[in-house]
Amino acid sequence: MNQARERILKRLRKDQPGRLPDRPPRKNLSPPRSMADNIQRFRERLEAVRAEVHLCRTEDWAGILRQLMQQKTLGNLRYGDQGPLAGAIRMAWEGHDDAPRLISHDNDIGNWKDELFDRTEAAVTSARWGIAETGTLVLWPTPEEPRSLSLVPPVHFAVLDSASLHDSFAGLVEQEQWSSGMPSNALLISGPSKTADIEQTLAYGIHGPIEMIVLLIH
Amino acid sequence: MALTKAEFGQGVRSALDDPQIRQNFRSAMDGLIRKRLSAFPDPDKLERLRLEAAEIRAKALSRLPDLLQQLEHNCTRNGIQVHWAETVEEANQIVLGIMQRHGATRMIKGKSMVSEEMGLNHFLEQHGIECLESDLGEFIIQLVGEAPSHIIAPAIHKNRFQVAEIFRDKFPDIPYTDDIEQLTRNAREILRRKFHDAPVGLSGVNFAVAETGTLCLVENEGNGRMCTTIPPVHIAVTGIEKVVERLSDVPPLLDILVGSATGQPITTYFNMISSPRRPGEQDGPEEVHLVLLDNGRSRIYQDEELIATLRCIRCGACMNHCPVYTRIGGHAYTSTIPGPIGSILEPQKKGLDQLGVLPTASTLCGACGAVCPVRIPIPQLLNRLRFEGVSKQSGKVPGAGSQRKRSEAAAWALWSWVHSHPALYRLATSMAGRLRGLLPNRIGAWTRVRTAPRLAARSLHQLMAREQKRS
Repeated sequence: MNQARERILKRLRKDQPGRLPDRPPRKNLSPPRSMADNIQRFRERLEAVRAEVHLCRTEDWAGILRQLMQQKTLGNLRYGDQGPLAGAIRMAWEGHDDAPRLISHDNDIGNWKDELFDRTEAAVTSARWGIAETGTLVLWPTPEEPRSLSLVPPVHFAVLDSASLHDSFAGLVEQEQWSSGMPSNALLISGPSKTADIEQTLAYGIHGPIEMIVLLIH
Repeated sequence: MALTKAEFGQGVRSALDDPQIRQNFRSAMDGLIRKRLSAFPDPDKLERLRLEAAEIRAKALSRLPDLLQQLEHNCTRNGIQVHWAETVEEANQIVLGIMQRHGATRMIKGKSMVSEEMGLNHFLEQHGIECLESDLGEFIIQLVGEAPSHIIAPAIHKNRFQVAEIFRDKFPDIPYTDDIEQLTRNAREILRRKFHDAPVGLSGVNFAVAETGTLCLVENEGNGRMCTTIPPVHIAVTGIEKVVERLSDVPPLLDILVGSATGQPITTYFNMISSPRRPGEQDGPEEVHLVLLDNGRSRIYQDEELIATLRCIRCGACMNHCPVYTRIGGHAYTSTIPGPIGSILEPQKKGLDQLGVLPTASTLCGACGAVCPVRIPIPQLLNRLRFEGVSKQSGKVPGAGSQRKRSEAAAWALWSWVHSHPALYRLATSMAGRLRGLLPNRIGAWTRVRTAPRLAARSLHQLMAREQKRS
């Protein structure tokens, strides 16, 4: 196959067009937005694609999460018991014997794949950043909060600090210096999974989560 | 297997004669045109975005060999195994080799037009490997053994009732429904187990970022994430032209791709894969492979005009806006990629002797070029390929000259001779005016649906001369 490589590169080098110069840095066309403005846009965009957004405070989001779980009669919640949300969740669950069961995982997905696919009703993860312009959560999954948590269970709760809201994807990539190191998987998620493959008619809940609920801490 | 003019004509005829196809496409394309329009309400801003996107793609192409090496270097450093294939046969063999090394007999697939180009499903099935499409549209048409008719909406030629019937036939245990949301939910249930069990997942790539060795996938359904997250092995296949230089090139391209394709502000998922599972991580594939396919792209690359073809980001806007595509649908083209972009790309890959008829499937109305998010001059390239198809000199595209017909060439030579000799031209037009009564009323295909054109009694030259005499 190395022959293929050499031959392809040789052909490309043979008549390579003149190297175009670097583009000047992208001019930011819109002025920076206020936090309130960003929260509103973020919320509107997400609600337009049938996601729920709940404004919370640092001290009450986990309690709201428990109440939402109960309102939606969800029987269990998968979370990262070593992750950044674990402390608050356990505290909010304490003393509520009727609260949905918390489930976690350790080791390889092989050990919890069946349970994840067949018996997990909801999962919660943190979101690292948000993008106001498009109503997007940005996840950099970690060993504590694996990537399949935001994908396989039918309901995905995401917890985002409004201080991590950026105006745009372009701004986020630049300001957080993504080019200096990417995780194995970076994800932009903007609502529950959807398709328009039949008659161009929008239908929610295809292969990813059917419901997405954002707890926005402000 | 050359597509002859007659065969193409038959395909067009049967599509035009099928009111269901025409209606399904018309309504879908009208919807997509409206959605794109509402995504870009400000024409000036859209033009700025198009300029920027075209520049990013052109710049990446101008550095393509360097960027491919940089991509390979960074992917390899991240633990992604990079493979190069000159032909689809080589690419298929690479995928088969990976499957066999893992003793895998099943593959779950996300949407990939390159795998369609490779004929991968057919090839692997010959080797006893089952390939299952998981994008809803691809899943539907795979059930009935059809090819995609649109690159973004593969099952656009089916309406809900046709889909409902396919489900009833193939899954008799599931209660009949023609409700779109319920059909969608049924597909979810059918495919979930398949994602769980598949040993290998395959996907395409929308952008490959050289700077960081990152593969980007754009999707709404989550099947792309499933295919690249759950199976222990992920294989990504892509054309060599999909590389961009920097991460900062990605946001503007994503914006204009999604807006042009479906009119959304962003898709549900934008999935950026930079490595297999890292130590300590609990999920994600243990192996990630990237197959870089040439299949004629490096030849297209060598022509300074045709290279623009390789800018394409596969949004499908040119099809949605094409009056020919909207009427005949994707299947009549017979090529992997249909519509205007297919009509310039596919003959360059396969040769004008094979698909030289496709560039004629255009009215040259210019809509495709006007909406293209990366400003590919599609009408100009259609003309170039028409010219190469009939030119006597050997052109750069394989099969140049293959569409040349002696009678047509002679007619144009005569036309050219008459028009470059003024006296002869005047004589010819005045004769034609006088003898216009003798012109036939029926001139082949043209008059089957139209009235024959009538020559005026006097030519413009004669009318002008008379006007001047009067004044």
